[in-house]
Amino acid sequence: MLAIWPRRSTQEHAEARLGLLMAAPAIATILLIAIIPLAQTIGDSLFHINLKFEDAPRPFVGLDNYVSALSDDSWFNSLRITTVVSVASVVVELVLGMLIALLINRSFRGRGIVRASVLVPWALTTVVSAKMWAWIYDGRYGVVNDVLIRLGLIDQPIIFLVRPELTIWAMIAAEIWKTTPFMALLLLAGLQLIPHELYEATALDGASRWQAFWRVTLPLLRPTILVALLFRTIDAVRMFDLPRVLTNGGPGKSTETVVLYTYNTFFTSLNFGYGSTLAVMTFLIVVLVSFVYIKVLGAPTQGARR
Amino acid sequence: MSAPARTVSARSLPRTLTSQRARVGLYEGLTFYTFVAAFVVFCLAPFAWTLLTSLKGPTTIFAVPISYLPAPLDLANYRDIFSLDRFRWALLNSTIVASSATAISLVIGSLCAYAIARLNFPFKNLLLALVLGIAMFPGIAIIGPLFREFNAWGLTNNYLALILPNVTFTLPICIWTLTAFFSDLPAELEESARVDGCTRLQAFYKITVPLAAPGVFTAAILLFIQAWNEFLFARTFMSQPTRLTATVAIAQFEGADISAQYPWGQITAASIVITLPLVILVLLFQRRIISGLTAGAVKG
Repeated sequence: MLAIWPRRSTQEHAEARLGLLMAAPAIATILLIAIIPLAQTIGDSLFHINLKFEDAPRPFVGLDNYVSALSDDSWFNSLRITTVVSVASVVVELVLGMLIALLINRSFRGRGIVRASVLVPWALTTVVSAKMWAWIYDGRYGVVNDVLIRLGLIDQPIIFLVRPELTIWAMIAAEIWKTTPFMALLLLAGLQLIPHELYEATALDGASRWQAFWRVTLPLLRPTILVALLFRTIDAVRMFDLPRVLTNGGPGKSTETVVLYTYNTFFTSLNFGYGSTLAVMTFLIVVLVSFVYIKVLGAPTQGARR
Repeated sequence: MSAPARTVSARSLPRTLTSQRARVGLYEGLTFYTFVAAFVVFCLAPFAWTLLTSLKGPTTIFAVPISYLPAPLDLANYRDIFSLDRFRWALLNSTIVASSATAISLVIGSLCAYAIARLNFPFKNLLLALVLGIAMFPGIAIIGPLFREFNAWGLTNNYLALILPNVTFTLPICIWTLTAFFSDLPAELEESARVDGCTRLQAFYKITVPLAAPGVFTAAILLFIQAWNEFLFARTFMSQPTRLTATVAIAQFEGADISAQYPWGQITAASIVITLPLVILVLLFQRRIISGLTAGAVKG
């Protein structure tokens, strides 16, 4: 026994060294491409930097940029739009996804077809999906208008992407289409882990299917739901591709999300100082959302997705 | 209310009731398949509409009211986009960027995943938190410094400028998928290899990696799709027409003839070409993709 101790400890030491060595490339990549640049963005956010003028001075302004952001109507507008889009799309995705998951949680003929078609919206490039929906919503040749007219619901085609009050909902619908199937898939995987005996037991206790859903399914599915909601909400907050390609934030600024506004501050106004401030605020929003999900609601943190 | 009592009562059901049950079953089946069909249509219709549009000539595309079927069938849109240098470059660039990023991410990620699955080392929880953080990281928070630095290092319009961020942001899903696969493999095989004189690292790439080949393959598909679809960095770090990736090219698509009507035929054709590799991958490997995607989430 005594003879083994020192050997085991050198072995443990070697194991720890090998572990760190094997993880080192991943850690280095993350530090180099994410953590250090993030620190630089935070640094830049304290300066006036405008790349329009090559030789312009870049004075240190402390928290001035943050103070400006707090009175920036465009930023609050983008924050409001991101909130509306995130809440609306995530809520609808969850409800629809849950209904679909409950529906297909059994073995039936044609299951493979369903599974394959679920993956199509998920795998589709967001940029392609945005172009696709722009074409579907087209005011003159769009298929949505054609269907609505044929059904007698409207007389004149609706020009979806020109009316601010409609555009944002058209965008949300496109987002819901792309992500609901995946939400359903994730929830289905969670459902399949619930042992069937539990339902039999609740049925014996005289519970209705509705009660069984609230008392068995929902509590047991809670971790899966929270992981799905966490990642979907973060994705919605980070939304850039869809508004950039579908509407470019328009009409006016009616679909300009936080990330799109920040991007335009960087690369249209070339205002890298203020852009960095907005980027840091976006980062903080993401941190806040994940904190609420993980610490307050207790979402499990070993999740996969996308 | 006990189980045996129920079985007995079910068995003693009168005949009429059973046939009524069968009819209810038929109705239920019909409603069920109606909903399932509606869901499949919901998933596929926009894509199908894009495909149909891409097969139409200009007069059929811009017909009012809409003509749904591509009659006559016209492949001109596909000929047109493949005659565009920009589009051919875009396909090549996306292929280079996405495959390189996938390969590098797999190497880096599999080493890290093995360490997480099998070894005890300090700061492991910190590493897990870091990986989770990257999965939720907003790319916009680093785009400024990366843009300025890539400019300074002469990396703009260089594939590396896209490969590096893609490697970083595909790492989480790579590490999660592979950690799950490595943990599922029996450790005894490696141990016996080590008894036979292999070092730990040798045991890893001689025993574990080949055994985890299905997992590595699943991860590769997921990473490739993610890198192929990337837009934010590709739009920012590449400006030369010959360096655009497919996502950027389609977002900025102007068509072969700029003076003509908005080229929906060519855009839809390009969309189909860009998406087709992904759709084929998805159809071929749907089981693996789903298990890879959901493994982490439901086991967590």
